[in-house]
This record gives sequence, structure tokens and C-alpha cells, in this order.
Amino acid sequence: MSSVATDVMSAPAPPPPRGSAYERFRTRAWLIVFGAIVVVAAVRVITDADDITSANTIRAAILSACPILLAGLGGLWSERAGVVNIGLEGQMLMGTWGAAYFTYWYGPWVGLLGAAAFGAIGGLLHGLATITFGVDHIVSGVAINIIGLGATQFLAEAYFSDLQNGGPRQLTGLDPLPYLTFPHVSDWLVNLNGKHWFVISDIAGFLGALTARVSVMTVIIAGIVVLTSWLLWHTSFGLRLRSCGESPVAAESLGVNVYRYKYIAVTVSGALAGLGGAFLALVASSGFVTNQSGGRGYIGLAAMIFGNWMPMGTVGASLIFGYTDALRLRTPSAVHALLLLVALFLFAYAAWRFYKKMRTSAIVMGLLGLGFLLWFLLTDTVPREFTGMTPYVVTLLVLSLASQRLRMPAADGQIYRKGSAG
Amino acid sequence: MNTLRRIGFAVLAPVIAVLIAMAATSLVIVATGSESGVGDFWNIILSKPSDRIMVDIVNQTGMIYLSAVAAAVGFRMGLFNIGVEGQYAMGSFAAASFAGGAFLPGFLNVFVSLVIAVVVGALWAGIAGILRTTRGVSEVISTIMLNAIAGILIGYLIDQYGIHGGNSVRTKVIPEGSQVPGWAPFDVASGEIWTLGLIAVFVGIGFWVLLNRTRFGFDLRATGASQTAAVASGIKVNRMVFISMLISGGVAGLIWMPAFFGDAYSYGTTFQAGLGFTGIAVALLGRNQPVGMVFGALLFAFLTAQSNSLTLLTDISASVVQITQGVAVLAVVVAYELVRRARVRIEQRAVAQAPHVQTEEVTA
Repeated sequence: MSSVATDVMSAPAPPPPRGSAYERFRTRAWLIVFGAIVVVAAVRVITDADDITSANTIRAAILSACPILLAGLGGLWSERAGVVNIGLEGQMLMGTWGAAYFTYWYGPWVGLLGAAAFGAIGGLLHGLATITFGVDHIVSGVAINIIGLGATQFLAEAYFSDLQNGGPRQLTGLDPLPYLTFPHVSDWLVNLNGKHWFVISDIAGFLGALTARVSVMTVIIAGIVVLTSWLLWHTSFGLRLRSCGESPVAAESLGVNVYRYKYIAVTVSGALAGLGGAFLALVASSGFVTNQSGGRGYIGLAAMIFGNWMPMGTVGASLIFGYTDALRLRTPSAVHALLLLVALFLFAYAAWRFYKKMRTSAIVMGLLGLGFLLWFLLTDTVPREFTGMTPYVVTLLVLSLASQRLRMPAADGQIYRKGSAG
Repeated sequence: MNTLRRIGFAVLAPVIAVLIAMAATSLVIVATGSESGVGDFWNIILSKPSDRIMVDIVNQTGMIYLSAVAAAVGFRMGLFNIGVEGQYAMGSFAAASFAGGAFLPGFLNVFVSLVIAVVVGALWAGIAGILRTTRGVSEVISTIMLNAIAGILIGYLIDQYGIHGGNSVRTKVIPEGSQVPGWAPFDVASGEIWTLGLIAVFVGIGFWVLLNRTRFGFDLRATGASQTAAVASGIKVNRMVFISMLISGGVAGLIWMPAFFGDAYSYGTTFQAGLGFTGIAVALLGRNQPVGMVFGALLFAFLTAQSNSLTLLTDISASVVQITQGVAVLAVVVAYELVRRARVRIEQRAVAQAPHVQTEEVTA
């Protein structure tokens, strides 16, 4: 078991667990990514909205996606062990305060640790209620969100009011985390991006955003994604943790300490949400304000569901949600181009469904696509607010239209008591 | 003896929870090293409220209670309507828009607006209900999403069609004939108790009757107690889910109406957000019982109203009572679970000690 694990760690691409099926899946994934780039590039050329793949937009998208992704990964850890954590929002808020306090006194690196620790406290509290005391997961999550909001407001007023740059509801001017830039490469890429060549400039824009002014935190988050998928899917620790989410009874009968694994999962979950809060306070803006998460914990949860309880799926969903957010804030005109993009994707999806002989869903998708196309052709702008709805509407649509393709852990959200294996 | 013990068990958990919440709050205040100290804090919170605060407590209790009932309708059958917040925002906005338009005279306007609030709240909850019954989408996730969508949608609509003044925006003020006067128990300066707060009383009685005196209420409780048993006895669970979602949303639509017709007269900055989540907390605290939730609502309204004095008299932030409230909710559900386990143990022991019980047949 351990030799497999070390192999996986040393090799950049994990060896396929099931031979050709996995190969095929990987090829198809790359084809989809490439196809998506071509479609986006085409939309850019057709609509003249160069901003939709500019390096600046992509950078803003990554900035918006990071806290969502951290919350999503937090949800992933917890739900993979069978604990639904809607307290992510409250844990994230605890993280914003922890980040601000510890950064002010000890610098940003300790600030990150403080944020993780405060989030982890929230996670532990959730664990205590749901695992030890068998409280309903949703109930406990709601309570933690109330406590998180109240605690950060109270603590901010108690500790930040008298500080320089501080106030009862905020603390600004915190030391930032360092940025990484590859000067020549990024200049060259941004230059290439400015040429507006079909496909090439679009890829350059994406890479350009990844090579200039990248926060260290973003790199850390990428590391967390890799670490998460390695730990949960390629180690025996991960297998045991996930078995607690699939069938705790079976896990216990095989000698797994279910409570311990659930506690670990929920604590990590809270810590990740706390780091998400740190990202908001230290990277996305230069300070703390109360209620800074603004529902991102919930969007993270949505991203995790949209991503089918898988790390890379969560990354993809977070990027999509972050992208719409970035576009909304930057250039409302570009949002209009997005309509055409959505229409084309729906048509592609409809065609694929038709190919798979799923007539009804193909027709529904086709009609939806037609609707978006008409919307694109008949209007000139999209109200800013509608873009803000995107993550929520997309999640509802995905849940209601593709719920057969989603698979959550079998024992997710169920209360488990030690010894109930009978 | 038996009923006495049952009442004891029922009261035990909330009392423990409130004590734990008080201890946790005191601990937080001590830990942050406030100059005023714990003694001052409890002195202020537990002092006799002024006339003005008394009126405020009554008004808030009504609204919080409505919100709690809205949540409890779902909770009683194991349905987690987290979306009370979005439903009452949508209901309030729709009713305010209609009432502000003054299409109808006087109290007819009020009545129709109330109906609109109920219908819109129910429809918004119905989306989650339909998604749950036809597509199997968890109502927890869908109502969270609908909360966010409601906020954005209202923001857009009010920005498009509302009245802009200064840097705020609101719906049209309702005509004087449609404003519902309240009753001032003290002098006029201390404020009025809103007449429409009576809705809370009626809804509370209605909820009790529904639960205990109707077939639907029985089915509701049966489904909540055991879904498999409910299905086996012929209850159409999907239909129950959808209807209770509609009722829940309908009641949610009414939450802000007392304040709207009694004091605010327009939807804008005056809208009191957050009552939906408070209601969920109170429903949990009151164990989804019509009477229990009255005490819960009263406690929450009392804490919030009294905390306003903190900012004036001490250096303790008023948000500390949010910690009290959150801890109380968490503690109460934990306490209920512990009390339940204890009761099961006691009952099991009683059964084990009872003479000549054919245990074999029971376990088979």
C-alpha cells in the first residue's frame, strides 16, 4: 500500500488505476478543455469583447475563485467523511478575524496559521456537536453560522477598535503576503495576449495571469488541492476517511476509528474554510471588515456539489463561479458576450445528449440554448445583478437536471453512533 | 409521576442550554478583558426593561415567533427549510410593492397585500418543494441558493422600479388609509405595539390546531418521526413535503408584515433582515412546539432589545448576545440529545426490570 503511495507522490501524473478506461477519460478531459478554449476564443472574436480572456480578467477570476475553492475543499473534506458542514460560512468568518488579528501582531504568515486555527475551532465545535453528541448536521451548521457572525463582530469590536487603522468593524493596512512574478515570461505572454490572435492569445492570457503577480497564497491553495486529492484518494488514510462517509458501519467493523476520522475531517474542513477567510482579508482585499465572507461559504458548498464531491470538479466549479464574479465586477459589456458562450455550450451539450440518445434532455438543453442565443441577439446589456446570481442558478440547474450524474457520499449527513454496527 | 417526569425532561434541556449559554457568554467577556466586567453585563441584561424596550420586545417577539413557526412546519417532518430568510424577503417586497401602489382603498389594501405576502412566500418556497419532490434536490441546498437569488433579485427590482432618495432606495410609501395603527401601552414616545402582531397569535394557535387536531398534522408528525413507517401507512410523503414547504413559505411571507404596516410603510433600509435565521434558531430552541417557541422568541427578543443598552453603558459590544443566542441553540440541541439518551436508558432499565416480559418475541 505504502509503496504505491510513494510512487504516486514522486510521479507527476498518477498511474492509471484502471488502465485504458482512465486513459480514455484523461484524453477526453483534455479534449473538453481544449474545445472549451476554442469556443471561448470564437466568442471573443465574434463579439469583440477582448476582455473575456484578457490576463487581467483571468487574474481577477482566480482571485475570486480562491476563497470559494477553499470553502469548497473544506466542504469536500467534511462530506467525504459523512459530515455535512453548512457551518463553512461561520468558520470562514472566524478565519477572517483570526487572519486580521494575527497578521496585525505577528505578520501575515502567522496570520495564515491563526486563520486556520480559528476556522479549525469552528470545525471542532461542529464535530463535537455532530459526532459526539449526534446533533443533526444542518442544525449544528446553522448554529455555528450564528456564532461565527456574532463572535467576529464581538471580537472585532473588542480588539480592533483601539488599533491604528482599526475600528469596531474593520482593520485595514495589514501586511500583505508576497507575490510571485516571472518578469520576462509574463511580459511576453501579456504582449501575446494583446495581439488578439484566435486561440493563441487566449491561452497566453490564461498563462499570463499565472505568471505575474500571483499571490503566494494562490500557490499554497494549488498545493492544497494536490495534497487533498493525493491524501484522500491515494493513501490508506484517505480510503479510511472516505469509507466513513460511504458506510461508517462497514468501516467500524473493519477496525476504523470512525469518530477519529470524522473529527480529523471536520477540523481540516474548518481550517480550510478559515484559510478561505484569510484569503479574503489578506489577499483579495487589504484588511478585515465584519461579515466579509458574504455568502462565499455557501457558494463553496455549491461549488463542491457542482464539482461532484471531487477535488478537480470543485476547482473547475470554483473557477467558473470566480470567472462570472470577475467579469461582473470588471466589464459589464463582456457579460453580454457571456450569453453567447452559454448558448454555445448548451448547444454542444444538447448535441452530445442527442448523440447519447437522450432526446428529452437534448431538446430541453437545445431550447435553453436557443433562449440564451435570442437573449444575446435581442439585447445589448445584461443587468449587473443577474451575473451575480450565476453561481446559485447554475447550482440549482445542475442539481435538478444532472442529479443522476452526481454522486454524493452514501452516508453523507447521516448521524452515526459508535457501536451501532450491532 | 409519569407526566411530572415527562415535563421535567422537557424543561430540563432548555434550562441546561440557557445556563450553558450564560456561562459561555460570561467566559467570552472575561477572556476579552473588558473593563466593565461580567457583573455589569448581567446587571444590564437582567435589569427591568424601560417602557420603550418593553414595547420593542413585544413587537420583535411576534415577528420572531412567526419566523419560528415557518421553520417549525418543515422541521416537524424533517424538512429543513433554511430559506425562510429568502421567502420572507420576497413576500415582504412583493406585499410592499403592491401596497405602495395603492390599487385598493384602506384596509382592503392591507388584506390583499397580506395575501400577496403569503402567496409569494409560498411560491418561493414551492420552488424548493418542486425541486425536492420531482428532482430529488436536497431542500437545504436549494433554499440556501434561493436565499441568495432572492437577495439579488430584490436588489435588482428595487433598483429598477424603486424610489431613489439620497443614497438609499425604497418602494413607494403606502397611503395613510392603509397604515395599521398600533396600541401604545405607555406614553406615545415609547412606541406602539403593532396591531398586526396579532397575526403571530393566530398563526401560533393555527399551528397548534394543525399539528394536534388535523389529519394533516398527524401525517406531518408521523413523517417526521419515521418516514418509512409513514410510507407504509399510506402517507404520500412527496405531497406532504410539497404542502408543508408551501405552508412554511406562506407563514414566512407574513413575518415582516406587522412592522411594515405598523411602522415602516415602505420596503427599503427599514427592512429588518436576518429574522429568518433567528426564527430557525428559535424553532430549535423551542423544540418546534407551538408553546415552546413562544418562550424562545421572547428570550431572543429580550436579549437583543436589552443588548442595545450595552453600547451606552459599557465597553461590551452588543453583538455578544449573538454568541449567547448561537451557543444556546447549539447547547439546546445537544442537551435534548443527552436527555433523550438518558430517558431511553431509564426506560430500557424499567423495561428490563419489569417482571415476565417475553424479550425474545419483542426483539424478533
